Amino acid sequence: MATTRIISTSINGNPVEFLAAPRQTLLEVLRENLDLIGTKEGCSNGNCGACTVILDGRPVDSCLVLAVEVEGSEVETIEGLAPTDGLHVIQDAFLGQAALQCGVCTPGFIMSTKALLAENSSPSEEEIRFHLAGNLCRCTGYDKIVRAVEQAASLEKS
Amino acid sequence: MASVEERQFHIEPFPGGTPGNLRLVEEGRLPEYDVVGTRPIRHDGTDKVTGRARYGADIKLSGLLQGYVLRSPHAHARIVSIDTSKAAEVPGVHAVCTNADMPSASHRAGDLGEGMVDWYHLNQNVLASDKVLYTGHAVAAVAADSVHIAEEAAMLIEVEYEVLPPVLDVREARTAEAPVLNDDVRTDRQPVGEPGDTPTNVAKHFHYEKGDIEAGLAAAELVIEREFTTETVHQGYIEPHTATALWSEDGKITVWTSTQGSFMIRMQVAELLAVPISKVKVVPMEIGGGFGGKIAVYLQPVAAVLSRLSGRPVKLNMDRSNVFDATGPTPGSYMKVKLGVDAEGMITAGEAELLFEAGAFPGSPINPGCMCVFACYNVPNGRIDGYDICVNKPRSNAYRAPGSTHVALATETIVDEICETLGICPVEFRMKNAVHEGDERVDGVTYPPIGMWETMKAVELSDHWQSPLEGPHRGRGIASGFWFNFGGNSVVAATVNEDGTVSLIEGSTDIGGTRASVSMQLAEILGIAAEDVTPTVVDTDSIGYTDVTGGSRTTHATGLAAIKAAEDIQAQLCQRAAILWDVEAEGVEYSDGQLTEVNGSEPRTISFTEISGKLNQTGGPVVGRGSVNADKHGGAFGTHIADVEVDPDTGKVQVLRYTAIQDVGTAIHPSYVEGQMQGGAAQGIGWALNEGYHYGEDGRLHNASFLDYRIPTCYDLPDIETIIVEVPNPGHPFGVRGVGEVPIVPPPAAIANAIYHATGVRLRSLPMSPPKLMHELLSRDA
Repeated sequence: MATTRIISTSINGNPVEFLAAPRQTLLEVLRENLDLIGTKEGCSNGNCGACTVILDGRPVDSCLVLAVEVEGSEVETIEGLAPTDGLHVIQDAFLGQAALQCGVCTPGFIMSTKALLAENSSPSEEEIRFHLAGNLCRCTGYDKIVRAVEQAASLEKS
Repeated sequence: MASVEERQFHIEPFPGGTPGNLRLVEEGRLPEYDVVGTRPIRHDGTDKVTGRARYGADIKLSGLLQGYVLRSPHAHARIVSIDTSKAAEVPGVHAVCTNADMPSASHRAGDLGEGMVDWYHLNQNVLASDKVLYTGHAVAAVAADSVHIAEEAAMLIEVEYEVLPPVLDVREARTAEAPVLNDDVRTDRQPVGEPGDTPTNVAKHFHYEKGDIEAGLAAAELVIEREFTTETVHQGYIEPHTATALWSEDGKITVWTSTQGSFMIRMQVAELLAVPISKVKVVPMEIGGGFGGKIAVYLQPVAAVLSRLSGRPVKLNMDRSNVFDATGPTPGSYMKVKLGVDAEGMITAGEAELLFEAGAFPGSPINPGCMCVFACYNVPNGRIDGYDICVNKPRSNAYRAPGSTHVALATETIVDEICETLGICPVEFRMKNAVHEGDERVDGVTYPPIGMWETMKAVELSDHWQSPLEGPHRGRGIASGFWFNFGGNSVVAATVNEDGTVSLIEGSTDIGGTRASVSMQLAEILGIAAEDVTPTVVDTDSIGYTDVTGGSRTTHATGLAAIKAAEDIQAQLCQRAAILWDVEAEGVEYSDGQLTEVNGSEPRTISFTEISGKLNQTGGPVVGRGSVNADKHGGAFGTHIADVEVDPDTGKVQVLRYTAIQDVGTAIHPSYVEGQMQGGAAQGIGWALNEGYHYGEDGRLHNASFLDYRIPTCYDLPDIETIIVEVPNPGHPFGVRGVGEVPIVPPPAAIANAIYHATGVRLRSLPMSPPKLMHELLSRDA
């Protein structure tokens, strides 16, 4: 087996170096090596979106990214979203709209929403549903999640 | 109560919701509460939107080992031998275990809250020693320094199997020629009857009769009998099963796990490992969905055994394919149902034969299926036979209103056919035949006050029902559904803090907002804000026995415990005020967060907040206790309206508009009530249109991933409108019935009826997937 490597990256704006074995996914390193447990594992094969993080501005399933691939990249996780003086508007909107029940898919949905709104500040309902189709939720039926994303979009603009 | 004709209703927005969130209001009957019915931010919300909340897999302990479970590649085989020696020699491996490392189990029945279990069967399901009965059945486990080492070592375990033919279909499994899964299973006849005396796959036969079925059928103007099948489906929670255990040197076992019932895990671990319950502490982590599937143990006892063998804490996580292969599911079924009606459209008779898959071991929800099949209607003459049948699939588990969704597909599509044949409006038919207080079900239960009729009133008044659906290949369907709901045991302890707040501890794990709904009930009684209550879900050493979060019981029963705790606090605070004022406690009254001297010439008052700061001077801290065994839960009914469009070229069904209507008794936190209704509807839509286990002839599951077992995405679904109906349950001070189960029941039948009205094709087999519907459309046109 190939040896572990030192990977230099930026996570939530902070420079981070970690040791990664070639077989380790970004998801595994975030959770097991770096204790960033807010990124959730639902399927480990890119089907559910619970492990969504933003890699160099793009939402990715961190279970499908090898940790060694993030050398020199910028990674954003749910832990980096809230400013020090409160919650991010997307987080506020998810709470205000009751857009979560068990909450295990929520970090992934919030990160996907952040990527959507960075790209399109006034998404239509159709665009929201299309963009979030890679994130599975089994509790809510998605209705309140869509309402939360609509609210976050309108709050971000104001 | 006014007669039906005199009662006036209207539909209006439920305050604080979005435009699609409505309620049915009866004139002059709107209760007034300060906290109940409002929409505070849930107490655990910030932790869950920041990623800080700790779910099952998030536990970290010093010295923690990771484990891997070796699973059967065969659907049915006898285990000849297991050799773990090579695995044990791998560097980094600390323990390897098989069933031989667990105490032997005997045949005794245990009650898991949402289903019975035989302890021997559960022992064999956790780690098989005799036979493997489905692909993915656990056989051995390894604990190592990393999960990768554990997995590689597990691959070195040599298991010799004698492969046997599998049986996957309930009709085949009950024949004399079928391979028998469990040599120890005899047919158990309920509620009365002699047990069978030969090994069989038919584990249970339930039989219910009411009235005179033959006379009822003879009196009918129209009798319709149809056959139905449904596929095995999975609860599909996003968080895989996980368990971490430490078997300490002092004999104490601590288990960190995500579960619907920490006390139920405690009981199962203690029973399977032959230790007293007092030696087991279960620490409930946040739970990432359950829907009935996170009650039985899988990994917990295995992690504990690996911990005992290694002397270290051990964590076991399932991956998604393990979850599909070896947990859940809810049964596939075969059903034959018959309804007779007279010329006026009144039901005269109902007959049902129901065959449910038990999976590997007995225990399908066949009995609730029997009790639900005609539950929405007054059926004067009925006969119901239900069979629990073992097949080579995972041991079946509860899934949201277990058994009721299956049977609603049958009854509700037959009702639609009757309405069409007789030219009766399906809303009118349901209102005429709806069960009311005092009506008796075929299984002999008499209804308390219920709201079936009121939900139909809401359908009749709804914008959805009143808006015509136009366009080709489009159709509208409705269907109703029932669930008993449940009460059971719950405990709440609530401590008054000096700053006028309350710390509430409970044993009910919070899957969908019950910290909020339980806290709100305590707040309402004490006259304080929901935000002034801090709820915490604690481990099994820290609160009294509490049943599972399931059966739509938590807001009802744990809410009752919170109300009792609040009343206990009220009584104690009256005594404290009496001490302050030097009067008798009977001379102090508590209302609206205020204590008042009753008979004083100038009545003194003190607020909850003020007296909270004086407790240490008047006798010490105040702790309120509430302990209940609730038995007045009150069933609930729902009716859904579905508009669909069928693509005539592919058979794909798109849901255009969807409304879920349900009697919830009283909505404590309407946002999470709506969320339950919407989420249940979405699961039902998935069950209706796409979900199902695909097995090969060799009994291997072919779609054990979210890609292949495709649950609905947000792009598949429309907005789900809600109309909350509130017919109070007299068994709860605020009228709570519970909400979570009912909304999964109507969707498959509502969509089947909508597809019929769009295409003229009646599908009686789930899922109503594009190839199946396309086949029927082509047959129709041929």
